[in-house]
Formats: sequence, structure tokens, C-alpha cells
Amino acid sequence: MTDPRTAPAGTDVDAAPVLATAAANAPSAQAGAGRRSFLPRSTLLRHLILLVVGAVLAVALLELTDPFTNSQLAQVAYYAIAAGGLTVLTGLNGQISLGHGALMAVGAYTTALFLQADEPWPLPLIFLVSIAVTAVVGAIVGVAAARLHGPYLAGATLALAVGLPGLALYFRDTLGGEQGLRVRAPRPPDWFREAISTLSGGSGSTTKWLAYVGAFWLLIAFFLLANLARSRIGRTWRAVRDQEVAAELAGISLAPWRVLAFVVSAACAGLGGAVLAVVVRLAAPSAFTLVLSLALLTAIVIGGLGSLFGALIGSAILVFLPPWVTDLGTSAGLNGTKAAQLAPFVYGAVLVLAMIFAPAGIVGTLRLRLLGLRARRAARAGGG
Amino acid sequence: MAEPHGSTALSASERTAVLEVRDLTSSYGPVRALDGVTLRAETGRITAVLGANGAGKTTLLRTISGLVRCERGQVLLDGEDITRAPVESMVTKGMAHVPEGRGVIAELTVEENLRVGALFRGKVGREEFDRVYDLFPRLTERRGQPAHVLSGGERQMLVIGRALLARPRILLLDEPSLGLAPRIVAQIFGLVRRLVDAEGLSVLLVEQNARSALTVADTGIVLNLGRVVAAEDARTLLADEGLRHAYLGF
Amino acid sequence: MRQFVNVTLNGLTQGMIFAAFALALVLIWRSTRIVNFAQGAMAAATSFIALALIHSGQSYWVALVVALASGFVLGAVVERVVIRPVEGGPELNAVIVTLGLFVAIEALIAIIAGSSFQSFPAPFGLEGFSVGDGRIALTPNGLFIIGSVLVTMLLLVGLFRFTRLGLAMRASAFGQEVARLLGVRVGRMLTLGWALAAVVGSLAGLLIAGGGLVHPAYMDSIIVYGFVAAVLGGLDSPIGSVVGGLILGLLLSYVSGYVPRGSGLVNLAALVILVVVLLVRPGGLFSSTTSRRA
Repeated sequence: MTDPRTAPAGTDVDAAPVLATAAANAPSAQAGAGRRSFLPRSTLLRHLILLVVGAVLAVALLELTDPFTNSQLAQVAYYAIAAGGLTVLTGLNGQISLGHGALMAVGAYTTALFLQADEPWPLPLIFLVSIAVTAVVGAIVGVAAARLHGPYLAGATLALAVGLPGLALYFRDTLGGEQGLRVRAPRPPDWFREAISTLSGGSGSTTKWLAYVGAFWLLIAFFLLANLARSRIGRTWRAVRDQEVAAELAGISLAPWRVLAFVVSAACAGLGGAVLAVVVRLAAPSAFTLVLSLALLTAIVIGGLGSLFGALIGSAILVFLPPWVTDLGTSAGLNGTKAAQLAPFVYGAVLVLAMIFAPAGIVGTLRLRLLGLRARRAARAGGG
Repeated sequence: MAEPHGSTALSASERTAVLEVRDLTSSYGPVRALDGVTLRAETGRITAVLGANGAGKTTLLRTISGLVRCERGQVLLDGEDITRAPVESMVTKGMAHVPEGRGVIAELTVEENLRVGALFRGKVGREEFDRVYDLFPRLTERRGQPAHVLSGGERQMLVIGRALLARPRILLLDEPSLGLAPRIVAQIFGLVRRLVDAEGLSVLLVEQNARSALTVADTGIVLNLGRVVAAEDARTLLADEGLRHAYLGF
Repeated sequence: MRQFVNVTLNGLTQGMIFAAFALALVLIWRSTRIVNFAQGAMAAATSFIALALIHSGQSYWVALVVALASGFVLGAVVERVVIRPVEGGPELNAVIVTLGLFVAIEALIAIIAGSSFQSFPAPFGLEGFSVGDGRIALTPNGLFIIGSVLVTMLLLVGLFRFTRLGLAMRASAFGQEVARLLGVRVGRMLTLGWALAAVVGSLAGLLIAGGGLVHPAYMDSIIVYGFVAAVLGGLDSPIGSVVGGLILGLLLSYVSGYVPRGSGLVNLAALVILVVVLLVRPGGLFSSTTSRRA
């Protein structure tokens, strides 16, 4: 990928996701410029505070909304987990993947298989196993992907997305074929029911429990990803993305870092898939088509490549937009199935328009505006 | 540091300027590459544009031919304002730019490269191609071969030949001597000189190899940091040791 | 023996379609360095236009011509309006744009024509020729497929090799800046490249559709196969895309024919082939190490 900062005159520098990603990942000006700030300087501490705030917000959100919205929020959670990993892969490390839907399938099927046992292991353990399995698959794919760029990488991961679900059909007996595997969703434990009734007087239904499960793992995943992004690893990922030649000259061997990024994003996809399996209570090939991978891509592009918050926003849009758009369609006279197609149409159109007009996504564009504003203010203050 | 000299000492009334550049300014992002450049290239003369790396020479040619948009200033070709004219129209107006790096299209054959030069003209007679092959016998042998097998000197001949097929009034040459042995450089410069003398072709020659360029040029214009610091008759420049040491490296 | 012949013939016929699609991808790659992931959806759109004409009483051949013409227009419009803003920028942008187009066009087809499977007529018979005491897996329609792709290829070779327009297109593809300096209207050449590629893509879409069922997503697998075929032959080589298509067609046919329950593994087989090629010989079979810097 070309570095827009050294692009010749006439290039619309704003149009490059690399610069936009830089904006989206800009270390908070507070930390460097010595301005007043509300958050402590230490990254870890800052993230811990955000984690607690996020937890409180999640609880409030889940308690204040009805069960249907709870299940929608659970959907947002599992998309966001996968999208978070993907935005780190694509935004920080510059590798595009159209195959993360297939990786979610790996996580989902693993979870489904383990939950089939009569006395299944505790859910967190099963999730960890799903993460591990998907991470291994991610490592294999990542090794092949590390040598590929741009459209070749896109094409290869596209082939993965289209090909992997076929395995479920081939191993019909274990993996349930076209119908898939039914997932026995774990019932909410007693301590949960008590906590909910104390908190809001509501009942701790399975739906709510699963939504909490999703929120919990989302917070953990984002916390870890955020720390990773700001760490030396994250910086190396960015170096590998932006300045390949310079990184190699500095002695950084590129491939292991690419594979690592892939593994991390695969682990997230696996976790997302695991949560999906318990929330949807089914792991079937039809849930993991190419459209899923493209939906994840849409989410991170809309949100802003490299931004976790953007991944969350994008996932929320992914879940809440389709029903709204479909309703618009039916009220405009389209029949049910056709109206359902309005949502993917909007995704596609948004992707195209976003790339042409706002490649930095929501978060990125806002950051760029903010940076621009700050720069102008500083210039004025400096008497420039 | 030498003061910018006044306009050229040649009697301007005798010769017309095929190309005139007035107060040309263009930037790469925050970097000002050309800062109010004014110069003339006279008809039937070789005007050399010299200066150190980064002085703005290549940017000057690219701005003249339209590849780079200027922020301010004018470019006049035989009196016609071509400042905002699209790049593709330049050859039709009689300006052929041989870019930095030569611009050989490696995937096409030698013959096909030449044909690209004549594309905009429509049907071009075989004699014109033959004439180019006569000028550059080395190319004849390599007619059907893909251009990437050519040596540096052969590539330079190819792109000059290709530009000639566009029948230009003025030829913009960007660092033709780059990477070439002195013998070949002399050959190519000699050929350019002959074309100018025999056919009245005008040439704007950008060169880092100032010494060689000045032996074949009529006028020398020295750029430094995007500004013109000298515009003199070539012999005068060669004799001016102070200027040479300051800007031209010899 | 008979099975081998049939599987091979089937592979060749399929391979020709992959070749056509790969050719479309290569045409666009050569001119704009973009892989058009939306090519399949664009082809599907023109097939549905053809279907609509056929349903309203037109003959197959009229529908074919209209489909190809609308493909031309669609390709030109897409390049000019959607792709031009992202050409020359980071490749990630262009990939995302074509993916967005892919999703949007398919959804649009579903909205206009519905998602159900519809049958598409074939211009020629679908019964295998009888040889000896049985039939072989080569049908008159199959001959039409092979023939039309070959003719298209020859026309394209003729265009690029022997015409001034073709030279201008190649110059625009390989030396954009220099071509501009020499007066070539590079923008128009790029648009033309996309338009021609879309015509070839439309042809591939029609050839697949003939005698089978179409639905908005019917070209989805072909994108993968076409891409693999193009990579196999070398993204820069039109001849390579044809050879790649044939090889891929044959390989997949053998997998489907000889591996038990192999038809489910065909997509995975394509993936494996792709990965092997990209790791072993990323330039494809016909990669030429042309230095692009003069």
C-alpha cells in the first residue's frame, strides 16, 4: 500500500485509509501535548477505567431494554467481537480478509460440538477451547496469507469463505450437514438470577443471560485488543503495514507479525462464533455465508479501520439497520423477501460511497476533523 | 551566493520564445518545489535547465506539461496559454515530454513503443518510422523485441525517437544522461544538437550533468530551491567559476 | 474409460467458462490493477436482463446481444463513476469498492427480479452427442460454449495486437503517465477496458446460465473459480487465463468425478489450488519477469 504522506501533489490525501487509520489510532493528544486531560496517562489504567464504564453501560442498557432488544444486543456483541479482531487485522496490520465469516463458523461449530456432551464443560472453558481451535486454524491460514497482498489476499480469503462451509456438508455425520448442529444453550445460573432480581427486579431469563455473556466477552476481548493495539506489538503491526521496506531494514521479519495479527483476529472471530452459537442456538452453514464476511467488512469500514469503537458502531449498525430498512421496504410496498434484500443493498451502497467519500469511516473521519480543528486552533494560538 | 541574474543577455528581439514560463509556482504538499520560476526557451535552441538534486528541475518539466498542477503562474507555448491545458493535449500542440526515467513501456516492443508516439496523429507513413530507425540503427536490430531488453542508452534513443514521431515543436528532455556512460551521453547529445541545427527543433533539457549539458546547450538556466538563480548564455555560464561551484558541482 | 472421457469433456466445457470469466478479470487487472470482485454480479445482472427479454417473447439471440450490450454499458458506467475515484489509491479501497458493488448489485437483482430460482433456456441442445453405443458428455450447447469463448479470445487478441485502439489500451495499461504525455486519452482507454471486460463477463454469465437455473447469487462460485483460474495463468496474461481456466476446469471435474462425494469439496479444492499456486509460483504459469521500470 502506498503511503499517502509521501504521495505526490494532487493526491487526495484524505482518501487514504492509511492516513485515516493513523488518525483513528492517533495516540491521544492529551498524552503527548501536556494538555489537561480527564483520563490518566497510563494506557492500562485508561483502558481499565473504560472497561468499568463499559460494564456499567452494558448493565444499564440490558436492564433498561426489553428482551427482544436484549437479543439484538447479544447479536451486536458477537459481531463486534469478530469485527474488533478484523479491524485490528485490517486497520493496524493492513491485511484484508474476506474469510472471517468462515472462522466464526469454526468457533461456532467447536462450541456446538462441545455442548453436545451430556455433562458439558463450563461455558467459559468451552469458549476458550473454541478460541484456541480457531486460533490454530487462523495460524494455518495466516501463514499462507502472510505472503499475499491486496487483491490476492482478498481472493484467497474469499475462496476460504466460500469453501470452508462445504466441510460441514462433507462431514455430514459429525457436523450435521445442511441442517447444522443444534446448540443447547446453557441455562442462567442461580447467582445470576438473584443478582438481576436484586438489581432491577426483573427475571434472569436465558435471553438476558446470553446477552450478558456476550457483553462480558465483548468487554474482555476489546480490553485485550485495545491494550494489544497500543503495545509494542501493535506498533510493530503498524510498522509492518506502512513501511515494509523500512521495517525489514530495521531487522523486523514481516511474516511472523502478520501471522500473529491473523491469529489474534482469528481468535476473536472464534470467540464471536462461539457466542453466536449459544445466542442463535444453531451452528449451520447457512449462517456463515460470504455475506457474513462481507457484513463484518462493512462494519469495520463504516466504523473506521483500526478503531475498536468503530467496530462496535459498525456492528450496531449491522444489527439494527436491516430490520429498519426492511420495514421501510415493506411499507413502500415490497414483499417480505424483497424487502429483506434492501439491507444488503444498503450495505453494498454504503461500502461504495464510504470508500469514495469517507474512507476513514465514522470514527476516522471524526478524528481527522478533530485533528484538523485542533491544528487550526493551535496555529491560531501560536499567532500563525 | 550569486544574485539572480537578469533576463538573458541574448538579444531577445532576434529570436522568438517557443516556450515561456512566467512566475510558475507549484508544491508537493507543504513543500514548495517551484517558487516563481520565470524563463524562456528560444526557438531552435537548446535551453538547459540545471541545478542540484531537488532544485525543482523535474517538477518544472512536469508542471509545464501538466502532470503537476501549478498554483500560480503561466505557461505559454508560442504565445498560447497552455497553463491549464490537459496533459493529453500537449502533443497535439507540439510539445513532447520525455519524462524522468525515460518512460519506455517495457511490455511493448520497440516498434510498438514508437507507434505509441504517433498514435495521436492517426495514420503515419512508414517513411517516418524508417527515418527514426536511420537515426538510431541500434533500434533496427531490436525492432520486434520487447523494450525491456534494451540497454540504458538504447532506451534513451527509443524514447527520443518516439517523441520525434510526435513531430514536436519543442522537446522536453528530463535527464537523458542518467545512468549512461559518457560516450553514449556524448552520442545522444550530439544527435540532439544535430536535430536542433538541422530541423529547427527546440529543446528544453533538464540535466544534472551540467558540464556535458552546457557543452551542447545554447542557454543555461540554473535553478536552486525552486528559484531561478541564473539565466545566461551557455558559454558565459561555463566561464563563471563562482556560479558553477555554487550550484552546478564543478 | 468412458467415464474418463466424460469427466474430461465436462471439465473442458466448464473450464472454458472459467476461462472467459478469468479473461474478464485479467482485462481489468491489466488496465487498472484492480480485481473486479463485482464482475460476477454484473454478469448476473445482464443475464437477468436477458431473461426478462426472453420472458417477454424475444429470441435467445436478441436477448444475448442486448445482454452483451448492457454489459458494455454497465462496465463503462461502473469504471467512470465508481472506480475512477479510487483508481491509483491504496489497493484496499478498490477491493472494498468492488466488494460493495458486488453486494449491492446482487441485492438489487433480488429486489427487482426476486430471489427464486428461474430456468434459463439454452440456445442449443443439451443432449450429449451419441458416440458408438452411448452418449458422451459433449453437447451441442457445450460446443457453442467452447466456440464462443474461442471466438471472443481471437477477437480480443486481434484487437490488442493489430489495432491502434488496442495499442492505445495496452499503452494506457502499462505506461499510463507516458501514454498521457503522448496524447493517449488514458481515461477513455480504461473505461473501454472495463466495458470490454464486462462484455466478456456477461458472456460467461450467459454461458453458465444456459440450460440451468439462475438466481441472484448464481455467479458467486464462479468469481472464486475465475479468480483462481486467472491467478493460475498469471493475472497479467490473457492466454494464461484461458489455459488456467481449462486446467482448473479439468482438475475440478476430476475431483468431482472421482473423489467420493467430491462435489461438495469442489470449492475447497479450488482454494487449495489457489493457495498452492500463490505460494509456489505467485506469478502464475505464464508469469513473465518484465521489468516495469524503464
